[in-house]
Amino acid sequence: MNSSIIESRPDFAAIAAWIPQGSSVLDLGCGDGSLLRYLRETREVQGYGVEISDANIAACIANNVNVIQSDLESGIADFENQSFDFVILSQTLQATRHTEALMNEIVRVGREGIVSFPNFGYWKNRLQVLLGNMPVSDELPYQWYDTPNVHLCTLDDFEFLCAHLHIRVLGRHVMAGGRNVHAMPNLLGSTAVYRFRLDV
Amino acid sequence: MNASVGIVSAQRASFDTPLTFKSGAVLPRYELMYETYGTLNAAKSNAILICHALSGHHHVAGFYADNEKNIGWWDNMVGPGKPIDTDKFFVIGLNNLGGCHGSTGPSSIDPQTGKPYGANFPVITVDDWVESQARLATHLGITQFAAVIGGSLGGMQAMQWALSYPERVRHVLAIASAPHLTAQNIAFNDVARSAILTDPDFHSGDFYQHGVVPTRGLRLARMLGHITYLSDDAMADKFGRELRSGKLNFNFDIEFQIESYLRYQGDKFAAYFDANTYLLMTKALDYFDPARELDGDLNRAFSAARAKFLVVSFTTDWRFSPGRSREIVHALLHNKLDVSYAEISSQHGHDSFLMDDEQYFSVMRNYLDRVAQEGAA
Repeated sequence: MNSSIIESRPDFAAIAAWIPQGSSVLDLGCGDGSLLRYLRETREVQGYGVEISDANIAACIANNVNVIQSDLESGIADFENQSFDFVILSQTLQATRHTEALMNEIVRVGREGIVSFPNFGYWKNRLQVLLGNMPVSDELPYQWYDTPNVHLCTLDDFEFLCAHLHIRVLGRHVMAGGRNVHAMPNLLGSTAVYRFRLDV
Repeated sequence: MNASVGIVSAQRASFDTPLTFKSGAVLPRYELMYETYGTLNAAKSNAILICHALSGHHHVAGFYADNEKNIGWWDNMVGPGKPIDTDKFFVIGLNNLGGCHGSTGPSSIDPQTGKPYGANFPVITVDDWVESQARLATHLGITQFAAVIGGSLGGMQAMQWALSYPERVRHVLAIASAPHLTAQNIAFNDVARSAILTDPDFHSGDFYQHGVVPTRGLRLARMLGHITYLSDDAMADKFGRELRSGKLNFNFDIEFQIESYLRYQGDKFAAYFDANTYLLMTKALDYFDPARELDGDLNRAFSAARAKFLVVSFTTDWRFSPGRSREIVHALLHNKLDVSYAEISSQHGHDSFLMDDEQYFSVMRNYLDRVAQEGAA
């Protein structure tokens, strides 16, 4: 199962690479619990997920993953300050309404935050806009009228928000088509994973 | 979903070691009625205890040979292939001490007086029940439960198991429960008790000797209870403003269908339930508060627990609302205990925990499948 999960979600491997053995992890919007299960099996983490969908709650429980049924934007208030080593938000940031408040909550609850999101500045997205349409791709599979993604951003935009919130970026991993991207990431990367903490 | 454990029969266990209640009262000897379903494995590691709520008892699943219509109160949940799978688990249901279904309670004969205990039966707490249940477990050779499961007042017992006997329970499933009752909730119980206590047939709890039953009080108590177990929407859906005769009669007879339903439920209940047991059960609800001696700090109360938890609530349950379950979850998270929490969208208010619901059942089934696999490993 581990190898197939990593193939379908390359950001999981990037996230796991940052997480030491035995860490405590809170995964916001944890889906069916695949990431937490992967982290438990490979990193022996103690983890909890937050998830809203009924089907995913049942799936997490079947995956033997701790899951709390709650809206992730209001549900995170139930967690205490600095109660986790890592708070993860994977491919969900762009669909949150109160994105700024949520970023603050992530660094309040977690000693570190890890966020992955689709890069709106990816050249294929830029090209589609240039040609006159909102981008539709593997990472952004929705039409403009049915997309849950209300807060799309580029890597530069995200880093600007971090600076604005006094959040220090500790690491960045940019990918396109499952490959790592090093040169001109804001143009050539389709997905990014960031690791950060509150700058104190 | 039609599979049943089939014909079952109740058993009786006698205990001669005196039980000291939290109140200080001592019960020198007592009996507990129980039923079991499924087979205890060689390692005795697959036992599940089902704790009942206010009006429940030991007859959880299956039916009796002499009365096939007397089906257990949680037969939809417990049985072969059901979420609490009797092909995998050895499931125990019991009638709690103070009950009125065969276990020693107010209507039992006190050997010291030769008369029913009546008002002399000690006020019992959830802690006392857990103590008596632990003795039943020992009697059955079970040192550790795979899971203790309960809804409402039963959920309180399941939680108390994790606090009183952390080493004797691996999983706690607390459904539609609360870490303690709110003032509003105690208020409902007080009105119910007042209905019984002020019934002239109650005779201060010693109505047995007078050959009467405080039916009016019990009926009112149950009618009130029923209102709080249902949601506003469920009542509107089921009864609306429908009139029995289709027209207004301008008198105080039963006119609306909801009135008819409540009286029927009240009469049915008053015909078999013991008034003193009702008083005891509501007191146990009111008193349950594991944080009481810890300045109300539920986090500290749960620090003793070692079990893994599944907490389940229902969206329309206003008597034991989802917010109350989240308080439990919060304290478990504080103590870094394994916990999953499911908030089931359901129409049926507090009664939802007894109803069929696809999501509720898959959550229970998936969780208990993991418990079974862990036991097999």
